[in-house]
Amino acid sequence: MMQEWLSLLESPNLRWVLLGSMFLGIASGVIGSFVLLRKESLVGEAMSHAALPGVCLGFLAAGRELPALMIGAAVFGFISLWGIRIIHRNTKLKQDTAIGLILSVFFGLGIVLLTMITNSSAGNKSGLDSYIFGQAASMVQFDVWMMSGIAMLVTAAALLFFKEWKLVIFDPLFAGGLGWKTKTLNSILSFSIVLIVTAGIQAVGIILMSALIITPAIAARYWTDRLGIMVILSALIGAFSGLSGAALSALDGGIPTGPVVVLTATAVFVFSFLFAPGRGKLAQITAYRRFRRRWKKQQAVQALDSVPDTTPSRYAAWQKTLGVENSEARRLWNWLKKNRYLT
Amino acid sequence: MSDALDVQNITVAYQESTVLENAAFSVPQGKLVGIVGPNGAGKSTLLKAVLDLVPKLHGRAVFFGDELKKVRSSIGYVPQRGEVDWDFPTNALDVVTMGRYGHVGLFRRPRKQDREVAFQSLKELGMEDYAKRQIRQLSGGQQQRVFLARAMAQDASLYIMDEPFAGIDAKTERAIIELMQKWKQQNKTIIVVHHDLQTAREYFDWMILLNKQVVAQGPTEEVFTKEKLQQAYGGQLAFLQSAASEETGGLS
Ligand SMILES: Nc1ncnc2c1ncn2[C@@H]1O[C@H](COP(=O)(O)OP(=O)(O)OP(=O)(O)O)[C@@H](O)[C@H]1O
Ligand SMILES: [Mg+2]
Repeated sequence: MMQEWLSLLESPNLRWVLLGSMFLGIASGVIGSFVLLRKESLVGEAMSHAALPGVCLGFLAAGRELPALMIGAAVFGFISLWGIRIIHRNTKLKQDTAIGLILSVFFGLGIVLLTMITNSSAGNKSGLDSYIFGQAASMVQFDVWMMSGIAMLVTAAALLFFKEWKLVIFDPLFAGGLGWKTKTLNSILSFSIVLIVTAGIQAVGIILMSALIITPAIAARYWTDRLGIMVILSALIGAFSGLSGAALSALDGGIPTGPVVVLTATAVFVFSFLFAPGRGKLAQITAYRRFRRRWKKQQAVQALDSVPDTTPSRYAAWQKTLGVENSEARRLWNWLKKNRYLT
Repeated sequence: MSDALDVQNITVAYQESTVLENAAFSVPQGKLVGIVGPNGAGKSTLLKAVLDLVPKLHGRAVFFGDELKKVRSSIGYVPQRGEVDWDFPTNALDVVTMGRYGHVGLFRRPRKQDREVAFQSLKELGMEDYAKRQIRQLSGGQQQRVFLARAMAQDASLYIMDEPFAGIDAKTERAIIELMQKWKQQNKTIIVVHHDLQTAREYFDWMILLNKQVVAQGPTEEVFTKEKLQQAYGGQLAFLQSAASEETGGLS
């Protein structure tokens, strides 16, 4: 196993693919933090599904050329974004209804186109399905360059706009009061989301890209209450997910990259949800338990103070003041004894 | 000395109805100003229109004899509470540091001295022990104090505050008013949307009565009369009557 890995790493193409997938994961994690905080996780979901017909049309127009597929995906990403906004603004539908509508209509259209392509003679061996679930190992150097370039561009934008996006998402009115162009700043963020979804179509696959954007951010949120740290953690989790997905699918040519990426990110999320200090479930339960135990002991000592040691059947009087049942009373009494409160 | 704020015939409409009609008033520098009027009178809308946060059908606002663009960094705006994301990964000190963003400039990071100014502002409002708290874990009054500290960190010469006293206890309110009076002595102008007629007369030395239009404006003792309040609050004044007559008994 280990040897297989090492020999794989000797292939220069694979090294590029791994590096590129890492950049993609970093950019997704960074942008995802802002998407999550803007409460637009579902918008990302819709956008990545809506890109499918774009990929198909790109294929019909130019064949299996990555730039064409990406342009198709980007165009449909924008159309879906714009569609959601128009529906939300001009009808009484809520945003999630608008998102569901756009997602299903475009994805349905995508499946129809995809079926047409795979049924046609040319499309038989189109390999289009690798754009749905991702096949990082199939990338050639040019593909990797495209993906890495976009990923770095988007990461750089996030670094540049860090303070601006933060305030515009947290308190748009105040940002407006400072004279900032809140609409423009929001549009640049939306544009970055479309770009990163598009960049991931070959490595991770169009559908699961939204998960690579959102899941690392959700996991990172458990560890910190500082945006800067959250973004860094999210980038690391994204990088780890991207890397492991690409590596595993390279190791076994049959495994698509996207699902592995998503499973890795989800595993990190579950771990964070359970074990993160402070916000994690376990930490919260134990903190509460510990506090309750300490509080009970305090109560026990106080109750003892109100029952002078001359009282006949002091234990019973004490238990009555404290108002707890027998087993717990005995436990607390023993604790008092052990800590010499009873002398 | 030019007025801190000169509002010239501002009209604002949402969709198909006007919520503010030909509002015109001016506020001299160095005053603590109350804007008073019933719910839905257009107070928040007026502040937003003045700051170019909602489009105006007509009219304009002039600050210190200049247009808004030129004086942005000397205006501090405190929006009505609860319009932020309380679960955002940010703590009290971080929020107050946002008050420095206008000075820091686009694309730059806040410097150490900005953080120091922010911490001083927190301290001024008695919140330094909570600097590292996530903002959801603060009480309503503590949250409001954080946002006032942010305004303070802006070091503005004109403050525009939308109901800064909503949901805080009387003692904190008094402390904040005292702080505002201190700002006033430094010739800062503070405009505050306020709901409590009982305290309004005592707090403010200048008032604007608003109900879709400006009903009255000027020094408090001229504005705070029974007739004018009745005019602003219309039929709603019934339950306010006792408060108003108590407060204005000697005037009307
Ligand atoms: N975004 C909006 N779209 C449509 N109508 C709005 C919008 N914001 C406010 N309004 C309406 O404009 C009117 C004035 O609202 P505004 O918030 O300015 O009142 P207010 O005086 O601040 O009230 P309150 O004392 O309750 O804060 C109200 O009738 C309100 O329903
Ligand atoms: Mg209001």
